[in-house]
Amino acid sequence: MKKVSFAHMGYSYLGFKQLLEEMGFEVIVPDNPNASTLDRGVQYAPEFACIPFKTVLGTYLEILDRGAEIIITSGGVGPCRAGLYGLLHEKILRNLGYEFDMCVFDPPLTGLWTFFRKLRKILKETNISWLAFIDIVRRAWKKLKLIDELEQLAINIRPYEVKKNDTTRTFNQCLKIVEKARSLYQLDNAQMECRQLLNDIPQDRSRRPLRIGIVGEIYVMLEPFMNLDIEKKLGEMGVIAYRSIYLTNYANSDILSHGTMDIRRIAHPYLNQFVGGHGQNSVGETILYAKNGFDGVIQLAPFTCIPEIVAKSILPKVSRDFGIPVLCLTIDEQTGSAGVETRLEAFIDLLCQRREQMEAKNNESLLFGY
Amino acid sequence: MSLRIGFPRALFFYSHFPFWQAYFNRLGIEIVTSPLTTKSILNNGSREAVADACIPIKLYHGHVMALRDKVDAIFIPRMIKINKHTTYCPKFLGLPDMVKGTLDKLPPIIDINVDISNNLWGLWSTCCGISEILGCSRRLSWSAYLEGKRYQKAYQKLLLKGYFPLQAMAKLEGKPIEKHTNSGKLNLAILGYPYQVHDSYISLDVIRKLIKMDVNVLTLEMIPANHLYRLSNNLPKRLFWHFSNLVLGAANYYTLHKKVDGIIHVTAFGCGPDAMVDKLMELEIREKSNGTISFMSLSIDEQTGDAGMATRLEAFIDMLHQRRQKK
Ligand code: SF4
Ligand code: SF4
Repeated sequence: MKKVSFAHMGYSYLGFKQLLEEMGFEVIVPDNPNASTLDRGVQYAPEFACIPFKTVLGTYLEILDRGAEIIITSGGVGPCRAGLYGLLHEKILRNLGYEFDMCVFDPPLTGLWTFFRKLRKILKETNISWLAFIDIVRRAWKKLKLIDELEQLAINIRPYEVKKNDTTRTFNQCLKIVEKARSLYQLDNAQMECRQLLNDIPQDRSRRPLRIGIVGEIYVMLEPFMNLDIEKKLGEMGVIAYRSIYLTNYANSDILSHGTMDIRRIAHPYLNQFVGGHGQNSVGETILYAKNGFDGVIQLAPFTCIPEIVAKSILPKVSRDFGIPVLCLTIDEQTGSAGVETRLEAFIDLLCQRREQMEAKNNESLLFGY
Repeated sequence: MSLRIGFPRALFFYSHFPFWQAYFNRLGIEIVTSPLTTKSILNNGSREAVADACIPIKLYHGHVMALRDKVDAIFIPRMIKINKHTTYCPKFLGLPDMVKGTLDKLPPIIDINVDISNNLWGLWSTCCGISEILGCSRRLSWSAYLEGKRYQKAYQKLLLKGYFPLQAMAKLEGKPIEKHTNSGKLNLAILGYPYQVHDSYISLDVIRKLIKMDVNVLTLEMIPANHLYRLSNNLPKRLFWHFSNLVLGAANYYTLHKKVDGIIHVTAFGCGPDAMVDKLMELEIREKSNGTISFMSLSIDEQTGDAGMATRLEAFIDMLHQRRQKK
């Protein structure tokens, strides 16, 4: 059987691994990207390509060296660069002398028929009936959803943990449990077990964590290596970091349908046009976070990311109009962990002060109201 | 006193201005362009616009600032699509919002959508929108629209004949302009977005420099756009962006027709699409011409010095001359 691999994005590899394995492929699971992955990508990618492009290129180089023969990836419809990633990756890699097949799946809604045909071709090769395939997809999907759920749970617990790093440790333990579960029944059990494990972490509920919303480009949001583990960092600084994109609801709203219309409508007064990627979402979500009383918003933007640059030039105005502090973190290959930490600390200090001031004001007005 | 509307001399100015000039003039509106790019315009733009934006976008901000106290309104259309295959770069799509989010003390902005993808009438619906905003009658607007189209056509004809955009615009206004005649030995295609190549300040006047070195300069404006579109369609997936398609198509055109000794790609510093276009061009040109056509990419930022660039060009030209002799 041919050796198949794919790009690494957050914890999604667990789901894809199961999907492809059960279809009968030999799967090469990409490692977590690290500094050397990025280095290799940077070496061959155009200088101004966005950092996700470089990291993914580095990942491809690694998996090709490990013997991958087919690379599966998703396409996109533009107008941002992501949709052309596959094309250029393939050209660059072939130019370096690698031999492989690249299988690009565009979102089904843009070309249902081609999507179907590509799928049928794969199924023919693997001898799987449509019925069996649906079952495989359903279970992989359930797995992805479970991982998302646990991630969210961990984010909500981390700021309360009594012993530092408890949550992260438990979460990694959970990933192992989930990885082993395959049938629907096993997945259900894994779900219960992991929930229990996470909830059993000793917590100090008297703390009052800040709430920060995270917006930005999907790859840097989902890949901890790219965002320098921002959720963990924030959690340990005592912040609940909400993010709006998780793999499964991302897929729900973008790949399978166009359900993010609401966020986009909210963004209209400021950005009345879809600009590709998550540019419009970043603006809309910031407004939404502000309306829901969050303490602040952090934007994660890859360097030279087109949609996020558009968003970035609009966010100051949103921030002023809605009175919510926004921190823009631009991520490139030079971004260092230490630098980001200082900026985060400064931002959190600012938010704490703001909260105190506002509470003081509210108390005053309460007193006067008496 | 007639209304004065500002038109920043950047981005789509180089490809669409004649239409709008004729259109607004016919409506009885004075159209004011910002001056040619200067150091202070670029500095202003770089200071105000978001830090990691590309140079042309920063420059656009600078040109808007040069206009904001002088006019009653500024025309910043949202260029979405001008055919059904491609859109403009996302920064064009968000342009009016970016400008409004970044700059203050702006006069009213006319930020109408230009989306020609799905109607036969082209710009007419946009023109209707404008005439509504300005309170002109539909009839007047229609005749202005026709006038604009005529102008644009004449402009495009001049470009095909080999005039550069600014020369062609001057000629349309009736100034006696002679186009430069090709007599040099080397043929070079200078490709890049019109607003990058033909803004002599940010391109460090690359065209003039080459002409002085006795080189015949060819640009993408000298080939009909639909031709370029056909030629840029040889990838498994078409690029999403209008100008990028033109650039890539022109690269293919000059490569296939083997009329040139070399191709220079003038890329905009910090440009997102160009990161891909540049690499694609490099690979395609090498593949298709078997190395007979040399490729150089020039990326120009605020710090690039005049002297440094001249040396690079000279070295490139020398190399081409030597190659010629060997053949
Ligand atoms: S959204 Fe940004 S980072 Fe992602 S592909 Fe587009 S330009 Fe690159
Ligand atoms: S195409 Fe490139 S240079 Fe032009 S606006 Fe977009 S990013 Fe800037």
